[in-house]
Amino acid sequence: MSLIKKNLDRRGVLKGSAAAGLAAPMFFNGSAFAEGENYLNAPKGKSVTFGFNVPQTGAYADEGADELRAYKLAVKHLNGEGDGGMMNTFKPSNLKGNGILGKKVEFVTGDTQTKSDAARSSAKKMIEADKAIMITGGSSSGVAIAVQSLCQEAGVIFMAGLTHSNDTTGKDKRANGFRHFFNGFQSGAALAPVLENAYGKDRKAYHLTADYTWGWTIEQSISEATQAKGWETVETVRTPLGAGDFSQYLTPVLNSGADVLVLNHYGKDMVNSLTQAVKFGMRDKQVNGKDFTIVVPLYSRLMAQGAGENVKGIFGSTNWHWSLTDDGSKAFVKSFGQEYGFPPSQAAHTCYVQTLLYANAAETAGTFNPCGIVEALEDFEFDGLGNGPTLYRGADHQCFKDVLVVKGNENPTSKFDILEVVEVTPAEQVIYDPEHEMFAGGELGECNAGAA
Amino acid sequence: MDAIILQVLNGLEKGGAYALIALGLTLIFGTLGVVNFAHGALFMLGAFCAVIMRSLLTYEVATGEVEATAWGTEVAVTTPYVTNLFGDFGNTLIDWAVPVSILLTIPVMLIVGLVMERGLIRHFYKRPHAEQILVTFGLAIVLAELIKAQFGANPIPVPEPAALGGMADFSGIFGSEPGTITYPMWRFVYFLFSAFIILVVFCFLKFTTFGMVVRAGMEDRETVGLLGINIGKRFTFMFAVSAMIAGLAGAMYTPIISPDYNIGMEFLVLSFVVVVVGGMGSLGGAVSAGFLLGLLQSFSAMNEVKAIIPGIDQIIIYLVAIIVLLVRPRGLMGRKGVMET
Repeated sequence: MSLIKKNLDRRGVLKGSAAAGLAAPMFFNGSAFAEGENYLNAPKGKSVTFGFNVPQTGAYADEGADELRAYKLAVKHLNGEGDGGMMNTFKPSNLKGNGILGKKVEFVTGDTQTKSDAARSSAKKMIEADKAIMITGGSSSGVAIAVQSLCQEAGVIFMAGLTHSNDTTGKDKRANGFRHFFNGFQSGAALAPVLENAYGKDRKAYHLTADYTWGWTIEQSISEATQAKGWETVETVRTPLGAGDFSQYLTPVLNSGADVLVLNHYGKDMVNSLTQAVKFGMRDKQVNGKDFTIVVPLYSRLMAQGAGENVKGIFGSTNWHWSLTDDGSKAFVKSFGQEYGFPPSQAAHTCYVQTLLYANAAETAGTFNPCGIVEALEDFEFDGLGNGPTLYRGADHQCFKDVLVVKGNENPTSKFDILEVVEVTPAEQVIYDPEHEMFAGGELGECNAGAA
Repeated sequence: MDAIILQVLNGLEKGGAYALIALGLTLIFGTLGVVNFAHGALFMLGAFCAVIMRSLLTYEVATGEVEATAWGTEVAVTTPYVTNLFGDFGNTLIDWAVPVSILLTIPVMLIVGLVMERGLIRHFYKRPHAEQILVTFGLAIVLAELIKAQFGANPIPVPEPAALGGMADFSGIFGSEPGTITYPMWRFVYFLFSAFIILVVFCFLKFTTFGMVVRAGMEDRETVGLLGINIGKRFTFMFAVSAMIAGLAGAMYTPIISPDYNIGMEFLVLSFVVVVVGGMGSLGGAVSAGFLLGLLQSFSAMNEVKAIIPGIDQIIIYLVAIIVLLVRPRGLMGRKGVMET
């Protein structure tokens, strides 16, 4: 299952602990990070505190609420309550169901408001006042990048929630930050072959793009991936975040000669632009002798509900979907569904998985020392968490796993049955060089264990 | 040419929404002298009247059957009760939920307007504009949070009637090839609807005694009061009417943008710009500026325009507002002395 060879000569993660005066070997050894070491927020009592930093207000509040549900479920399972969920399928795992390293898991929550400054403030408060050992969450790349940088400076681990920009593990990557969620490049790599099969090589694409970090990287990723398949990108137009009414951006598409509209929008922007594009007749239109088509590179089931029937037949990609039938997914859906009465979203899935991965890394390292966690997570290969065999690449802290290409369900059987998985793109097809031009320009740096 | 016609249609439809909100805003400012930052929230409440109407019509009852879920539990199979009760007519009612919601929006928004004015706004008539802005903005946040607590943060789809959901073909009117100038039917209906409401409001103010008194009160409240007319009561009613106009604008807009709790805030800033450009307190100014700025916003988004001035689409409205404030502070059709030193 190995996607890359583990490189034992790579950066020694222990360098970060050198500042604390530690002597340590240059290869992984959990005992090197024994409890009582000098690192920020080292848990002293019988419990350890996580900081769940999610949007509880603002546009992504519903997604944040689902993330919080998943975190609470993960904490429950880690503390040995409930049916254990994915802890039963996760392998290799050192999790015992008695907390982490014998300490009960507790948590505090913060509200990111989907704003970078608010997210940093709440993360700072959780680190300084609540002594959180790990921060996780987020439903926006701008927020994730800002909080990741804060955690690096403070000396705690950041396990990113939903963040899809290439920059999170590209030019803005940090040693203390880890992303399980896929990224724009991987969406492009997975989608392009499916789009080629469905619509052919001779296509002209018009991009409408949300004007911020995520939009720019997804636009570049999809453009390059589809151009490699023979498509032409006729226009790329940036739209203000939260534009609401996209009619003035959609009407030029009608006369542009393009026969594909790529909506590099997420959340409410996606709901609005897709709904309005369909109402402008773009799904029923013929251009260049071909059926006009719309593509939504990043789908979220929660958001797609807002677009109603307009998603039918429209391709996109997603990190995970509740209809998957592997043991891990089934265990998670059962656990989550019985707890809350509906299936989890992809945001909930990635947050749940990130919590288990952090916990397992602490058990493996035998410590909560961030540098020990980094060492345990880097190049960690695992399975049973819903996406098939997965690698946490040490070079950029990005997970490599299967990517799902989905399509708006033509015949939904329930209100949750909005998307159908049309292809599971294997991890090998979406892997890239850490120095790829779309990810170049940043340095992972050294892990920071902070100061006690 | 086709592209220009399409942007004109876009501009008219956008302008219709701006004009409807700005009309209510400027009515409130003109009658009560209140700068109402909760006006966007009234638009949002109107939109949610449509959501509620659709929810009421699509309320589902159990059929007695159950089905298994992926997580091992069973859920009851349901169907809308209006379909159970009325068959095909029930389905038609659901289909026409947005127009039908007007019947709910009018009384609800009149009551909301009355309660708002009597319960809160009247206590701030003699307070500085800054305090009026603070309290009404606070009220807007409270209303938005209440809606979010009840309906969640995600946009809620509210479809237009199927008969009005297609594309209207204007090609023949402009002598173009069939199918080259097409525009979503509902957006055109919205433009006609906003034009109708504006016309009704103007006729009401122009041709009824009540309207005449209100206009007189806007000119000189004290003198009208000295004539023994209870102008305060009439202004309270006009506040409720303004709330109703904003509510109707919101309800009919739901098929264009799926409403969420924040939809009012998105329109509020633009509408204030419209009022400032048109002239504070000027009804004609609000309507003219609404359509003017809607058209400018649409044209500035054309790729040919953006190729000359990149990013102009994102600043055009504010640019116009700055120029108007610098050159003619009272706005295009504002009364002399208002906002001028």
